[in-house]
Amino acid sequence: MEVGRLPISASQRGKLISAGYTTLSSLSSLSPSDLALDLRISDNEAAEILKVASLGSRLDEPEGGRAIVNGAQTAWDMLHEDEMFPRITTSCLDLDNILGGGINCKEVTEIGGVPGMGKTQLGIQLAVNVQIPVDYGGLGAKAIYIDTEGSFMVERVLQIAEACIEDMTECNGLLRKDFQAGQLKMHPNNILENIFYFRVCSYTEQIALTNYLDKFISEHKDVKVVIVDSVTFHFRQDFDDMALRTRLLSGIALKLMKLAKEHGLAVVLLNQVTTKYIEGSFQLTLALGDSWSHSCTNRVILYWNGNERYAYIDKSPSLRSASAPYSVTSKGIRNSASTCKRIRMM
Amino acid sequence: MIMQDALSLTEFQLMELLDVGWAEVTSAVAHISAIVCPPYQSALSLMEQRVKNEHLAGHLPTGLKGLDEALCGGIPFGVLTELVGPAGIGKTQFCLKLSLLASLPSSYGGLDGHVIYIDVESKFSSRRLIEIGAKSFPEIFLMKGMAKKMSGRILVWRPASLSEFTERLQQIKVSLHQNEVKLLVIDSMAALVSGFSRFGSIFKEIKSTISLALPIVFPKSLPLPSIANFTDWAHSRECEQGIPRQHPLGWHVSFIKSLAEFSRIPIVVTNQVRSQSSDEACQFSFQVQRWKETKEDHARYGSHLVAALGVHWAHAVTIRLVLEAKSGQRFLKVSKSPISAPLAFPFDITASGMSLLSDDGIELTGPDINAIHSQGHSDIINFTGESLQ
Repeated sequence: MEVGRLPISASQRGKLISAGYTTLSSLSSLSPSDLALDLRISDNEAAEILKVASLGSRLDEPEGGRAIVNGAQTAWDMLHEDEMFPRITTSCLDLDNILGGGINCKEVTEIGGVPGMGKTQLGIQLAVNVQIPVDYGGLGAKAIYIDTEGSFMVERVLQIAEACIEDMTECNGLLRKDFQAGQLKMHPNNILENIFYFRVCSYTEQIALTNYLDKFISEHKDVKVVIVDSVTFHFRQDFDDMALRTRLLSGIALKLMKLAKEHGLAVVLLNQVTTKYIEGSFQLTLALGDSWSHSCTNRVILYWNGNERYAYIDKSPSLRSASAPYSVTSKGIRNSASTCKRIRMM
Repeated sequence: MIMQDALSLTEFQLMELLDVGWAEVTSAVAHISAIVCPPYQSALSLMEQRVKNEHLAGHLPTGLKGLDEALCGGIPFGVLTELVGPAGIGKTQFCLKLSLLASLPSSYGGLDGHVIYIDVESKFSSRRLIEIGAKSFPEIFLMKGMAKKMSGRILVWRPASLSEFTERLQQIKVSLHQNEVKLLVIDSMAALVSGFSRFGSIFKEIKSTISLALPIVFPKSLPLPSIANFTDWAHSRECEQGIPRQHPLGWHVSFIKSLAEFSRIPIVVTNQVRSQSSDEACQFSFQVQRWKETKEDHARYGSHLVAALGVHWAHAVTIRLVLEAKSGQRFLKVSKSPISAPLAFPFDITASGMSLLSDDGIELTGPDINAIHSQGHSDIINFTGESLQ
């Protein structure tokens, strides 16, 4: 029944059907007062129902000359758009290379690893790097940091911010010998000021915040990265109903993807690990289950390879599977020691 | 309908329940989300708030210079700090000293507050506490009545079961604001899971008997090894009782973390170790496919100890301090910390508690910072601070 597809309340639907209006065409030539009399509802309510019905029927008709599917984009347009959006650097050359230049805006990237790998460090580095001015190849934008575990330590953010400014000043000195006009006026406190920090203490708050983000970002249009550290924590405690958990998580993932696409920002989700029994042995895998692993566009896994930290692109529609070494220093995420030696020798 | 339900149900379910249209439901959900959503602040205002309102911007100094520097001031407020290591290495000693430090007046670098010490395995010794106090801060402790006042601020509680612990946790939350509690210590978390060691009280009994240099008579029914590795044996008995793979303390972890967050106090938790089993997960599936060096890895991991309570717990703690013994020397390693480099400090336990042998930590590269060794350390520390051979 076509009327069953309309987004109206159950009692209104019930009244329509019992009065004999089962298809949209039966409603198309009706006036609000006639409908109101038939269904014994107010004129306003009838007008609302008719408005909804006419919208529903309009979507079914093909529009002459317009796109076949409302809201779709051609692949060509998308390619041009991609080139317009700069990527957020991770401050590590090798890591940027395997990511195709950095973390992609308009997409959701999931980063996971064992405790102590540097996930929070990477999150903080991105929150700082998104603020690099456009003159220096950055986005000059702001960041939202959603902390579910309490691992956001302000002292560390200050350290990383100071190091970032130091690097930029150094770059300034090396490249621009005549930097009278373009002198860097940033102070670490400016960087801290542009990170919006939310502390989430339950999964309900996490869902509420995900819903609220759309409104928040419409009010703060210069936010270009949303970091959730970690998306897992509240969903791993004592969830009896796994089906509910899967549904809530996929709801969050969809909303975040929509956010990323509509506002052209990058969403970075940090995830934890768990063990899984595959092919006769226990292996590490990212938490939240199999259906979650489909939810994010890109997936990066941080792991130990001998004595070095490596990042591996596990899943991506546009990047190839590759690993890159990185290191965590007092300045934040940087090239690994072996890469530094290689660059010095070049 | 409570907030949780409103946000967990789908729009269609809500439309059915409330008998309203799509537009109403979406605006209601948006409205509820805006209310339930936590407030935001900039990282700058967060920092300024901490610097202004809290002791040393939210840190409890441990008195160990190298460690305090590595942790940007000391044990941080509002998060869980874990101490993990083999039995007898000095975790409880560290906790005793911390409790003392939290109770000291601020003129001596303390938090001037009360301490709640949850002593699961009956390891708390007030005699040892006073000894540490007298040796570390003689000026205060020799003053009349000060020892009583300081130790009077430390509340020791021994839960008899996990359910009692759960209940008491909720009461603690309420009393945190009223009683000026500045530190919570849980010694140890792993014992809560393994169902409370039967050996805990026997062990303490024997420990105190040894220090009095009295002969000990062992009943024939208990097959005991030599005294030197009694600690290990008692510990391994506890571990065999089965610290399960799946983490059953899910709710507790979440609750304790939120406790730390709201009250902005440091919470220190101790953890035990267990030996790594051969089928332990240590690689991702893409690693297994790429490199078939599993034989070599197994040989390497065979001799390692790992922290109990699993990888889920390891994610939940913010700071992990590993206490281990390598070639007879004890080390304190900053294994997981968002603010420190991976440093290892050699230490000793003396009459005045733990002391670092060097304030310049050794920086460790690679996953070795997470490994726990137990080579050649003599286990039993009696109360006069000398190791028993």
